[in-house]
Amino acid sequence: MPAAPIQMETDILVIGAGGAGLYAAIEAARQGEGQGEGQGEGLGEGQGAARVLLLDRSLIGRGGATVMAQMTVAAAVAPDDDWRRHLHDTLAAGRGLCDPRLAALLCREGPECILEMDRWRVGWAREGDGLRQVQAPGHDRPRCVYVDFLSTGPAVSRTLRTQAQRHKAIRRLGDVVVTDLVLQDGPEGRTVTGAVGFDMTTGAPLAIAAAATILATGGLTRLYRRNSASSNMGGDGYALALRAGAALLDMEFVQFFPIGHLAPRLVGMDPIMWDPFRYKLGGRLLNGAMEEFIDRYGAEDGGRYRATRDLATYAITREVAAGRGSPHGGAWLSFTHIPEAELRAAFGPVIDRLAGNGIDLTRDAVEVAPIAHYHMGGVRVDTDMETGVPGLLAAGEVVGGANGANRLSGNAITEALAFGRAAGRTAARRVAAGVAPRLDPAAAAAALALAGAGGPEPAAGAAPNMAALVARLQAAMSDHVGPFRTADGLARAAGALAAIRAEAGALPPGRPRPHDLARLDWFDLRQMLLVAETVVLAAAARTESRGAHQREDFPDTDPGWTLNQIVRLDGGALRLDRAPVLAEAA
Amino acid sequence: METARLLIRRGTAAEPPRHEAFEVPFEPGQSVLDALRRIRAEQDPTLAVRYACLNANACKECMMLLDGAVVYACTARLEPREMRLDPLPNKRLLRDLATVIAPPDERLE
Repeated sequence: MPAAPIQMETDILVIGAGGAGLYAAIEAARQGEGQGEGQGEGLGEGQGAARVLLLDRSLIGRGGATVMAQMTVAAAVAPDDDWRRHLHDTLAAGRGLCDPRLAALLCREGPECILEMDRWRVGWAREGDGLRQVQAPGHDRPRCVYVDFLSTGPAVSRTLRTQAQRHKAIRRLGDVVVTDLVLQDGPEGRTVTGAVGFDMTTGAPLAIAAAATILATGGLTRLYRRNSASSNMGGDGYALALRAGAALLDMEFVQFFPIGHLAPRLVGMDPIMWDPFRYKLGGRLLNGAMEEFIDRYGAEDGGRYRATRDLATYAITREVAAGRGSPHGGAWLSFTHIPEAELRAAFGPVIDRLAGNGIDLTRDAVEVAPIAHYHMGGVRVDTDMETGVPGLLAAGEVVGGANGANRLSGNAITEALAFGRAAGRTAARRVAAGVAPRLDPAAAAAALALAGAGGPEPAAGAAPNMAALVARLQAAMSDHVGPFRTADGLARAAGALAAIRAEAGALPPGRPRPHDLARLDWFDLRQMLLVAETVVLAAAARTESRGAHQREDFPDTDPGWTLNQIVRLDGGALRLDRAPVLAEAA
Repeated sequence: METARLLIRRGTAAEPPRHEAFEVPFEPGQSVLDALRRIRAEQDPTLAVRYACLNANACKECMMLLDGAVVYACTARLEPREMRLDPLPNKRLLRDLATVIAPPDERLE
């Protein structure tokens, strides 16, 4: 029998230590410290600061999508800009499906977070007295700050981690995997009172009591074979929220980044690295016949970087389908017309890293293709980041609604920071109002039993290869639930998911032990399957094409479908409902 | 087709050290991490290795010894020869190639 589970207690539990989780933890901790800025050392010794436990399944500030961000962070920080213009562009990119309250929060509070990050010395590129901003597709003006060279994500993660370290109220803890939330009846109704999971370093199950729990787990890009985020992002936050009774919004909208690196093989480079190259240098996007083609699909490109992500993805995929793709099934991206001095001025050391991979941009074009990048859908929240389930909040990419059917370039990090800050504020308020951690062991018992359960031994060949099942799930989603969908393909995906679910079995393989990846894969599959099913369900129901959701059998946008879709778990089965898009805030 | 032969240290700190050999097809341009992930999906899902960011050299988790020298598995190129992989020697071993690398104040114990 496994050892007794580890028991922990905190006021505020934050699951996920990317941009949203880190900002939430910092904001929650400083609410009780009575200071907004906090320049002193060793903050949080005074009374009133809520205890914050910040978890990550890998290392604090190293996993998730934030650290992978290459360049742009959108915010109306220029003197002649206005957050309402950013909001206008965000709503237009969202193709009518944005939650305008959340989009407004992102655009209004984003600049405050960006400027606070600047005071925390993140190192935004500067120009004169202000921050240098580049033009990104879909924006009406240069609005995106960044850190050179391709270092936005690491700089943001490092800066936030340093700030979190300064607050004594924040305990940071890596290598903890959360498998379930704990629900129990209370004065507010069914309430989230904490979480259950296991410690990767030992395999030991653990239960954490918390007055407020913030999901900051990121998106679901790991559901796809080719993706630009980390292997941690299998959508576990969506599954945790669903099982806790929360609603998911618009799960069919998966953003494919159009020009993910395809060939030749690169090592040590992020596949979305060509994004900053296009921001700074333009570059030419060409089909297999070396012709420009974006203009055939209703947008202009012409050596600039103007086509929105949904449209560019559509155009490249169409060219490939028509037999006009590059040799590996994508498009060519060429900078050969740009002098080497200009390349070096723009990207310095990155040019050498490319040379180490055998690529000379003055001579070689590279192949690019759409790659799963971000998820517009997610947990439905209000502007306080409350899910409607008492005690449960969400922040960052795991939240749905702010970006509608298509996310504007540069909005993801801004969303993480602004929503993280809002969630931290709300959680601190809940604790200040007197809600205390009170986890009933009986309510956690079933989840703890699963976290500590013993199943068939993989080494003995008694369990299926869970890593192979993950790969099969990714293949089914990539082949049938990618940028283009059909009723037949979606039905095939649903069948594949059901088969994988049956093969994975009802118990995790092996028993709790140190760093057991076969066991981790089983717990990940459990969440990935549920989340993939919500994407397929919503995609099959939406019989139109809009933004990132393109149906070959329903190619037109249907104004009647200017609706959000809501998924809930109801008596163990997924239930899909429609809801009107919220009216724009007055 | 050429193959790469990976000789990988297996087991926990409590077990006597042993190495196990895995052969994978060699494809030019692949990283050592690609080969390790392929071994997990095709041969042995219990092989323990740390990584989060998938070949972008952002998470810095896949540090290990290749033929005795410290490398990131995501930037080390796979080669069509025998390559010996060991966990970091100065970190506490969890299993196979996975060690405890979190800073002391970010660990459970």
